[in-house]
Amino acid sequence: LVFTEEDKYGLYSNLLFKYFLAEGVVCGHDLFVASAKEHPDNILKELPAPLLDDTYRKELGEEATAVKSEDCQDSMKIAWRYQNLPKMEASPATSTKFGHYYDISKTMSPELYQSIKWHSFYLPEELSLPPAMKTCNMNRAYARLLQSIQRIINQEGFDGSDPQKKQKTILRIGIQSLGSLLWGDDICSSDTPEDIHSLTKFLYVLRGLLRKSLSACIITVPAHLIQNKAIMERVTNLSDMVVGLESFIGSERETNPLYKDYHGLVHVHQIPRLNSLICDVSDTKDLAFRLKRKLFTIERLHLPPDLSDTVSRASKQDLAESAKLLSSGCGAMAIGKKHLDF
Amino acid sequence: QGKFTLLRDTRTDGSFLVHHFLSFYLRAGCKVCFVALLQSFSHYNIVAQKLGVSLTAAKERGQLVFLEGLKSCLDLLFGEEEEQSGQPSPLQFISESASNLKALFDFVRTSLTPAGSDSWKGPVLLVDDLSVLLSLGATPVAVLDFIHYCRVAVCSQLKGNIVVLVHSNEDSDDEENELVVNSLCHHSDLILWVEGLATGFCKDVHGQIKIIRRVSLELTAEQDVIQIYQYKIQDKNVTFFARGLSAAVL
Repeated sequence: LVFTEEDKYGLYSNLLFKYFLAEGVVCGHDLFVASAKEHPDNILKELPAPLLDDTYRKELGEEATAVKSEDCQDSMKIAWRYQNLPKMEASPATSTKFGHYYDISKTMSPELYQSIKWHSFYLPEELSLPPAMKTCNMNRAYARLLQSIQRIINQEGFDGSDPQKKQKTILRIGIQSLGSLLWGDDICSSDTPEDIHSLTKFLYVLRGLLRKSLSACIITVPAHLIQNKAIMERVTNLSDMVVGLESFIGSERETNPLYKDYHGLVHVHQIPRLNSLICDVSDTKDLAFRLKRKLFTIERLHLPPDLSDTVSRASKQDLAESAKLLSSGCGAMAIGKKHLDF
Repeated sequence: QGKFTLLRDTRTDGSFLVHHFLSFYLRAGCKVCFVALLQSFSHYNIVAQKLGVSLTAAKERGQLVFLEGLKSCLDLLFGEEEEQSGQPSPLQFISESASNLKALFDFVRTSLTPAGSDSWKGPVLLVDDLSVLLSLGATPVAVLDFIHYCRVAVCSQLKGNIVVLVHSNEDSDDEENELVVNSLCHHSDLILWVEGLATGFCKDVHGQIKIIRRVSLELTAEQDVIQIYQYKIQDKNVTFFARGLSAAVL
């Protein structure tokens, strides 16, 4: 269960959402798209087009070789101890190919997504139908969504209950903007919502459904709007993976020289720890994302070299502040205390 | 015997302790009732196999009673009417407006009360994790009542042990959770508090564990004994060492 905290204007989390669905189309998985804002048909029409393998590999390959040929001749004079360390790679190595790449300037052709089976749940349409399930004190919209998901899982045989319908593929579920006002939940608009437990109950039942069947799910939530932080803590507990996107639009960080190449930060709050005692933690915790014309990349955030001529106190202070915010860690492994100073 | 152990984690994941206690008590030959609210049975089974215990075998010979919260909840919501004519579901409080955990307690009590033919050593109740009950709509008072009833039944009457995992955060906004955790801390005989390192993420030291033996509860005017170790989790094992003496440093 991948839980994404949306950035303020929802631009980048929407992109992540579409990437998830597009990957499903390309891999031949079944899709289930739920939204209260946009009709799922429209969402599907806007999925990015997959790049054909050869063209992208060539592009990436060209970039990489260009960089390598420049640097390998220089030997370091002052910092010679660092000579032997591997070069810092900002983007993942091209040799490991996991998943597909997409071109966001083009949309996916209709034949591609019509070749897979997809189901949609558009809240305004669904609410007009009569309810058929005991709601157990949950928000009506959530209850309907759960019922719909469970019905699809059962019908299509993803839960293995019907031995005749053996499924060879998985179901990718995407739920957009859960918890917002459009779903009838007021946790985003008031400090003391009517039913605090609706969202958490929904997530618990969804987790049960996912564990029982061959499916994976991504949910985006406008976390910045949720007033009651206790809900966010409980939700983090109930999800397998929690990723937060923080975009720089309209915030003071936009002008910070540390972040000038990037459009936002990626906070990994939790990574899945399934079927083993430990989880696979990457070396670095500071990730930033950048939206190029054709590509949305997530890279390691590293400090640019400090080459300022004028030693002005103000800008150094800013950089130091930002540097303190780096390496804040993620939930499954240790997180440091906030104000520890060296 | 008759001890209440609280597993508490802050800023990190303490579930490795749950796996440890599960395999420890099963290997010791105790009858275990495991209320697993957060993960599926196969997750615990796979980890337990790495630690050398088979949960399916334990279930079959009656040593382990496993309540899989996720599955139970699904059965409750999507189950057919005929299936529910038997015993009420232990997680009934989710669908009812009255938030008392009596059904859950009855389940625990019936599974740990020794039947005539049982030859297991003391009963053990293991809960992973209690904070989920709050997320599902139980009030903090209901959760504390449940624990209290379990203590009376398991610790006093049946002379068994209870191990419970809770999450907590220092500047947490979740007041209900903090209330439950603080209350449980006061009543526990042994607290294992797992925390992330104050200095942040480290590859070789995954965190530190504080072991608090609540000797002060025994009314002998002694202070609680606190020991602090650091640990590193590996695939099949967890290594503990004194602070600052991890293998990477030595």
